[in-house]
Parts: sequence; C-alpha cells; structure tokens
Amino acid sequence: MSYQWDFSGVWSRWDILAVGLLNTIKIAAVSIVLGIVVGLVLAFLKLSPKKYLSAPATAFIEFYRNTPPIIHFFWFYYALPVLANISLDPFVAAVLALSTQSGAFYAEVFRGGIVSIEKGQWEGGRSLGMRHSQLMRRIILPQAMTRMFAPFVERSFELTKTTALASTLAYADLLYQAMRVNSETFRPLEVYTTIALMYVVLLVTASTLSRIAEARLTAYR
Amino acid sequence: MNEPILRVTELNKKFGEHHVLKGIDFSVEQGERVAIIGGSGSGKSTFLRCLNFMEMPSSGTVSLDGKEIGKPAGKNGERRYPESELCLVRERVGMVFQQFNLFPHMTVLENAMEGLLTVKGMKKEAARDLAVKELDKVGLADKHDAYPGRLSGGQQQRVAIARSLAMEPEILLFDEPTSSLDPELVGEVLVVIRKLAEEGRTMLLVTHELGFAYHFATKVIFLADGVFHEVGTPAEVLKNPKQERTRAFLNRFTEFAF
Amino acid sequence: MNYQFDFGLILQSLPVLLRGLLVTIELWIPSILIGLTAGFFLSLARTSKSIALRAPSLFYIELFRDTPVLIQLIWFFYAFPIIIGVQLSPFTAALLGLALNTSAYSAEIFRGGIQSIALGQWEGARALGMRNSQILRRIILPQVFKRMLPAFTNRAIEVAKMSSLASVLSVHELMYQGRLLSSTYYRPLEILTTVAVIYFILIYPGTWLSARLEKRLAAKA
Repeated sequence: MSYQWDFSGVWSRWDILAVGLLNTIKIAAVSIVLGIVVGLVLAFLKLSPKKYLSAPATAFIEFYRNTPPIIHFFWFYYALPVLANISLDPFVAAVLALSTQSGAFYAEVFRGGIVSIEKGQWEGGRSLGMRHSQLMRRIILPQAMTRMFAPFVERSFELTKTTALASTLAYADLLYQAMRVNSETFRPLEVYTTIALMYVVLLVTASTLSRIAEARLTAYR
Repeated sequence: MNEPILRVTELNKKFGEHHVLKGIDFSVEQGERVAIIGGSGSGKSTFLRCLNFMEMPSSGTVSLDGKEIGKPAGKNGERRYPESELCLVRERVGMVFQQFNLFPHMTVLENAMEGLLTVKGMKKEAARDLAVKELDKVGLADKHDAYPGRLSGGQQQRVAIARSLAMEPEILLFDEPTSSLDPELVGEVLVVIRKLAEEGRTMLLVTHELGFAYHFATKVIFLADGVFHEVGTPAEVLKNPKQERTRAFLNRFTEFAF
Repeated sequence: MNYQFDFGLILQSLPVLLRGLLVTIELWIPSILIGLTAGFFLSLARTSKSIALRAPSLFYIELFRDTPVLIQLIWFFYAFPIIIGVQLSPFTAALLGLALNTSAYSAEIFRGGIQSIALGQWEGARALGMRNSQILRRIILPQVFKRMLPAFTNRAIEVAKMSSLASVLSVHELMYQGRLLSSTYYRPLEILTTVAVIYFILIYPGTWLSARLEKRLAAKA
C-alpha cells in the first residue's frame, strides 16, 4: 500500500476534462428538456380514458422501464440507422436514447403528481362552477407540480449519471475524456477518482440548488 | 305558494349494486332552510351531492327554476350532463364541504377570489372587493394573506363559506360543515351559518348537530335507507316524531344528555 | 423502410445470447445478496448515535449515489487494483462494483423503513419492558420488511439493468454477447432488439411484482 499518488498528469490536462464536463452538462440539459416534452405527451396519453391512446403510452413506458439504458444507446446508434436508412452522430443518438428513456420515467412522475391530488380539490373547484380545463390549470397542476418536484429532480439526477453511457458511443463526455487522459498518463487511479469526484461536486451542487428551489415552491405548506 | 327554485323527481343513486337513494321527490322554495339528518350511510350526503352534481344521479331529474338539467340518454332514466350545463348549475348552487376543500396553494383572499376570476371572469379589483366583503362577514378580515394550512379548522371552514358566498349563489349546500372540527371550533362556524339564515338565504344543511338544526331549519328531513322517512317542521320531526325509526335515531343522541 | 428482417439469425444467435444471460444472472443475484446484507449493517451505522460511524457511512453512501455506475465499475477494474496491488478479473470487478453500489442504495431503503415506523411502536414495546435489540427484531423489522419489499424489488430491477454495464469491462454477459454478435454479423437491428426483448422478459416480472406489492400495501394502509 505504498502507492505514490501523482495528480500532475491529470492537472496538466485539466482542459481535456473541462471539455468533457461541459459536454456532460450539455447533453444532460438537452436530454432533460426533450425528456420533459416526451414525458408530458406520454403522461397525458396515459391519463386518457381512451384505450387506443393510453395503451401505446403504457407499452412505451413499460418497455423503457424494463430494459437497461445501455441497450437504448446502442439501439439508437447502430440499429435505428439500419432501419431508417439514416446516419446519426453519437450526440444525436445519445440524446435520443436519453430523452426517450427519461421521458418514460418523467411520464410516471407527472402522472403520479396529478393523480396524487385529493378528490376534494377537484370537488372544491367543481363546486364553484369551474371547468375541467380551468381546474387543471389553476388548481390541480400548480399543486401537482410541487409534488412532482422531488421525484423529477431525482429522475434528472439519474439521467445525468446515465449520460456517462454516451462515452460508449465515443461522445466526448467527462468519462470519455477521462479515458483519453488515462491513455496518455497511465494513471487510472488518479484520473477516475478525479472524475468521480467531479460528478459528486456536479450533483451535490445541483441538489443544493434544487433544494433551494423546492423550498420556495412549497412555501405555502 | 312560490314556484320551487330547486326540484328533484324520482332521484335514484346506485354505487354498483348498492342502492343508496331510492326514488326521492323533493323541492326547495326561496328562503327555505332544510336540515337533513340521519345515521351514517343513510345517503344524506349523497343526496346533497346529487343536487350540485358532485355525484351523478343514476336516474331521475334535478330542475333549477323549472328547467331540467341534462338530457335523457339511455332507457333507464339515465341522463347525460354536458360540462357547460353543470358548471352553470354549480355557479348558482354553492357547496361547503366537510373537509373544507380549500386550495392550499392560494392565500385566503385568493381562495375567495378564485371562482370570481375564473368562472365569472371578473376583473381583479372587483373580485377582490367582493371577496374582502365576504371574508369580513365570516370574521376573517385579518387573515387575507394567510395560507389555509396555517389556519384552524374553524377558520378554514369560514374561508370555505366565504369562497362559496362570493359567487352569490341562490342556494347554499352544507355537507356536514362541522363534522371534522374540534368541538370548541364548531360554534364559530355555526354562528356564521346562523347569520346567513337571518339574511333569509336558501340553504340545505346535512348535519349531526340536532340542536342547531332545531333552531336553524324551517324544515327537517330524516333520511334512512335511501328514503325520506319523516319530513316536517323542526318541532314535528325533532320533538314529536311520528315514526318509530326517527324516535330511535333521536334517542341515541339524547342517551348521554344531562 | 423496406428492411429485410433476418429472423433466422435471431434463432441462430439465441444459444450464445442465453449463455450471456446466464452470466448476467450470475452477476445479478450475488450482487443483490451481498448488497442487501452489507446495506443492512451500513444502515445501522448510518443511524447510529456515534458520529464516528455515521459520518463515514454517509460519505460512502453519497459517493455511490452521486457518481455514475459505469464510472464505479471502471474504477473498480482499472483503479482499485492499483490500491490493493492485485489485478481483478472483469467479473470480480463488476461484481464488486455492483454489490457495493447496491449496499449504498439498500442502506437508504433500510434507514427509510426503520425511520418510517411510528415512535409509538418503540414506545409500546418499551412499555412492555423489551430491550432495543428485541424491539428491532420482533416489532420493527417485521413491519419494516413488508413496507420495504417494493423498494427492494425496484432495487433488484435496477441491478439487473446495471449489470449490462459490465459489458464495458468485457464481462461475457448478455449485453456483451449482443454487441459482439451484432458487429460480427453486421446485423445490429435484429440482435440488439432481441437482446432488449430478453432483458424485458427478465426484468418485467419484477416490475409487475413490485407494482402489485405497492398496491397491496397501499390498500392496507
């Protein structure tokens, strides 16, 4: 156990890792935004009383929840181009994988938030003569949103961690860049420990910010 | 004799196999105050909730000012109720719930303004004036900016009453408004309801507070097994009930009286 | 979009894929068993009165929760051997990473479960003269266990999905075999879709079970 830690190689290549970190943040941000769109569509389809709308949404959601993320990355990068006769660059394929997958999870978050609102809230609004759409907009969604917040953040953290899989498609995220640094320095312990800590800092920062936002959102309780 | 503002004919309500209301005929005239009493599970809340369509009647009709709500659909007296029509009914028939059902994400004032803004489409200033007036009336002038979660049950229920009053409903429905309150908070809510009675408002009240019902109501209905077992003045029904069933019900309330 | 789907190839590659599935299971089950056991003791440390136990366990748990699993696996394969001075096989490194990751997450499940039991249960048992260890064993854990069952099932599902990342370390599990076959035959669509379906069949019963358990629990409450 007399290993001599040596971070000089990592230090001197900080710019490579910085690019990786920025790319990780970029792909996470884009996928979260697109994932929200996918999730909203799926949630409303699934809430529909019409079976031909809710059944495909359920199938989509269940498929994604029951298969490993890495297969989605490979499927979009290698299989979809064959099927659709197009070519995708790693970024696009990874974003497709991440946003459809997180969309499936977000859909459950959104739906769960809406159905968690007590029956009395619907009745309170109805008793005043409010329409379904007014009730949804003014009473249900504002409350559902505060309840969705924590699980939404949790899912977004999962997504951020899953972006590391984009490295397997040679997208230059933090992990991919770390592999590059490792192949130049032959210092895996220092390199991989460094990026692990970078992830911790990234997520702890994000979680602190989200906690502040959540406190504001739920001030009325 | 006035034309009733609300009339119910052959009202039936079934939850699956469970037949809760069995062909009820009933009408309310302007200025009447009806207290509905009965054991738990007798269907008294369900009856009240059918009047503003919180529950959809299985069959039978509800008419407001002589106009039947909804359109016939199906052969067993079932009806279809378009949302727009229900919204109009609910605008005119207010309801106060056992669990208040205030909107927790809005302040007291915003709660009282909500229906005016979204349903009546009023301007903010006008809505505020009206909401302030009603909150004054229920004695909550100093709580405008509080959130419901910070209020006592009695205060919350008074906000709910103000919220309903602001809509200027022609009929007010009270669904056990004091049943979820601590005993010492019941009084403040009943005082408000009595004040409304003195104004001559048309009201229906489902309650376990028999003493209050006696002083409040112009008519008392004892509901059991989904039918009106006994109907009459408070003195008739509560003091000299004709039916054995009514007497037994009332006795349970007076058993521990002193 | 008139792609000719090659079903014969799927049949032909099924034996290899099923061999991979076996390795997936060999990775999956031990990871859960080791992870749960370690997680239980970890949760005791995490809820201990002594800060000397609480602080390190908290640090350990957060480290695993705030970094991508892929980086954990890579770290255990490339970096960890440098500290201990022994080279690990890909399988061992993957097993180690998955088991320790599971221990961190299940520690939080145990903690949440134990803390969710109302104070009245402890007080009721204490009033009978029971010791803390007796209360934990006879009163708290039986209640906790039932309540935590859906969470553990979910964890098991996550571990099954995570095990696919071992393919990056060239562990010959299902995902690895799928990647190998799809590049050998240049038929990513058939092979990757088949792999996804196999994962779905493996994982779906767990999701179904967990949803049932949750419903049963909610009905009781």
